[in-house]
Amino acid sequence: MFTRRDFLTVAAATAILTGTRDGLGRRAAAQSLGQDELLAFEPLGQVTLLHLTDIHAQLMPIYFREPSVNLGVGESAGLPPHVTGTDFLKRYDIAGESAAAYALTDQDFVALARQYGRVGGIDRLATLVKAIRAERPGNTLLLDGGDTWQGSYTSLATQGGDMVKAMNALGVDAMTAHWEFTYGEDRVRELIEEVAFPFLAGNVVDTTWEEAVFDSTAFFERGGVRIAVIGQAFPYTPIANPRYKVPNWSFGIREEEVAASVEAARAAGAELVVLLSHNGFDVDRKMAGRVPGIDVLLTGHTHDALPRVETVGRTLLVASGSHGKFLSRLDLDVRDGRVADYRYRLIPVLSDAIAPDPEMAALVEEIRAPHADTLSRVLGTTDSLLYRRGNFNGTFDDLICQAMLAERDAEIALSPGFRWGATLLPGQQISLEDVYNMTAITYPETYRTEMTGEFLKTVLEDVADNLFNPDPYYQQGGDMVRVGGLAYRIDVRRPIGERISDMTLLADGSPIDPGRSYVVAGWASVNEGTEGPPIWQVVSDYIARQGTVAVPPNQSIEVVV
Amino acid sequence: MRETSTMQQSALSGITRRRFVVTVAAGSAAAAALAMLPIDPVAAQEGPKTLDEAIKAAIGDRQPADGAGVISLDVPQIAENGNTVPLSVAVDSPMTAEDYVRTVHLFADGNPRPGVIAFNFTPRSGRAEAATRMRLARTQNVVALAELSDGRVLMTQAEVKVTIGGCGG
Repeated sequence: MFTRRDFLTVAAATAILTGTRDGLGRRAAAQSLGQDELLAFEPLGQVTLLHLTDIHAQLMPIYFREPSVNLGVGESAGLPPHVTGTDFLKRYDIAGESAAAYALTDQDFVALARQYGRVGGIDRLATLVKAIRAERPGNTLLLDGGDTWQGSYTSLATQGGDMVKAMNALGVDAMTAHWEFTYGEDRVRELIEEVAFPFLAGNVVDTTWEEAVFDSTAFFERGGVRIAVIGQAFPYTPIANPRYKVPNWSFGIREEEVAASVEAARAAGAELVVLLSHNGFDVDRKMAGRVPGIDVLLTGHTHDALPRVETVGRTLLVASGSHGKFLSRLDLDVRDGRVADYRYRLIPVLSDAIAPDPEMAALVEEIRAPHADTLSRVLGTTDSLLYRRGNFNGTFDDLICQAMLAERDAEIALSPGFRWGATLLPGQQISLEDVYNMTAITYPETYRTEMTGEFLKTVLEDVADNLFNPDPYYQQGGDMVRVGGLAYRIDVRRPIGERISDMTLLADGSPIDPGRSYVVAGWASVNEGTEGPPIWQVVSDYIARQGTVAVPPNQSIEVVV
Repeated sequence: MRETSTMQQSALSGITRRRFVVTVAAGSAAAAALAMLPIDPVAAQEGPKTLDEAIKAAIGDRQPADGAGVISLDVPQIAENGNTVPLSVAVDSPMTAEDYVRTVHLFADGNPRPGVIAFNFTPRSGRAEAATRMRLARTQNVVALAELSDGRVLMTQAEVKVTIGGCGG
């Protein structure tokens, strides 16, 4: 028997042998895995929930490599989403080299990326959404978990305006937020006026009176079922991002308020209660066990993509990935105010297999046209895979750190552990758009300062505790701060103050001296008044000077689990 | 309209208003029921320097019992601004003449002076609830002691992180 999997393998091998990088292999994958197969779903019950989250303003198809390291601690250790690579394939019974393996893991990433092509694209998402709505008119609710307005050149240039247009056109029914807030209070209020659907964030109050700033809940009727959608913004926005952007708003997990919103929704006749959350998966799992009455918890923030629903008691937890790479479809049979049955599919948005929606494609073209020269400016070429996602330094982060060390003449570089940013394959040109996809934030200044060895350790310990605190309610959901010019050892299961050891200056192999000052360059400081050139400038200059870059996987961080 | 009670500093506990290192939260629903005394900024310099000393000054040699489930202490897991951390506390009590919460003492064990505030109640307070804001010098535990009318003392605590920030998401 010549199975499809065998065929794809053969096709990939042929592509490599013949050097047709984007030729035969990709065509084969697209032919064997079409739009209809991606949409195949036997409908169930009265309600179809569609969920997407953490698009990070990616209007166009991109590559996105899932993490190879995503450690869980405490009660989350070893549980999804803290499963990667071959363990992931085994847990979910996924064949290696399959489309699912490509979409969900880092395994054979470069070969499979050449075979299956790019992922996402708002015009492909529009095709899928329209098809499902046509199949389930009156039953479908499309919810956006936030981190939608930030992460690209065009989103920065339009201060989120491009994404509001796109999401209005996609027909989103409600959203919540996180990076949206980094455009500042005034711009958020301005954009909400343009948003054609509810912007929900029940856990944001004003700092003076602790009164709600946004609506917490919106009600919908689908398939005869009264549905309440409660929005939960990222609880640590003013800590993980600059407080000065939202000086009058206070966030927090505010579990009691979530519980009160659930009770109020039930009292108002809701038969199905959905929490549209940007808490992060581990926080959501804890919350599902503590707040009764949530039927469906649509998770976000931590960018996890899980092919099956996780359950806590009667609550269904959905994790829909990031960057427009996936669309979640959850069909629900609701009876007597509870979910009697459900069916779920995490649909990988394989761009080559899906016909772009013409209207959305035209809107994307309209948004990008004024910026075409900037977006397409080629800076250089990469000889190696450039990616960010993972608990520790990714290769694109290492490139950013190299750029800061060189361009800012520093001994040590610090780069934030963001989880967003598109991947580049070996051989790809690096455009200015690609650099913005890794750096497009509203506080991009690249500082140059001195820090003592002791303070550097405090920084690493502090960020490590935000990631590896065994209590999820203390986790902020980013990855570990990236370092350049510095090696260290981390024992993730130790308490704060004891995780980091063996800090070494790579330039001369000397141990970091707590009392000595080091010249440090970094970006994305949350402190107001930070000065320096924007990070995209620093990185672009460096790549242009290098011409061709090659960044091997980082060997300077020893992880103890 | 809830009956308004007047907050006074506890003479019994030995905590005076000079221990206040807080700003008044006029905003929260719970605090709206309170009429707070003014703050003397110099006063924060005084008082016991360790948690044990501060607790002893508040309740003498009495041994607090576990108050988890009776005292609900609402503080953020991670402070957005260590200089003004919101705090609210409520004690489950019938608040009758026979059985009520006399005083709730709050401490921050990592501050130079751990004493934060003491709220006094009477049966006519109706509910043993209060809210305020405090300054936290660094990551530490906030400790709440509830002195009941029968002389028993309950205790609970919660950690508040004060972090450098950045890097999220």
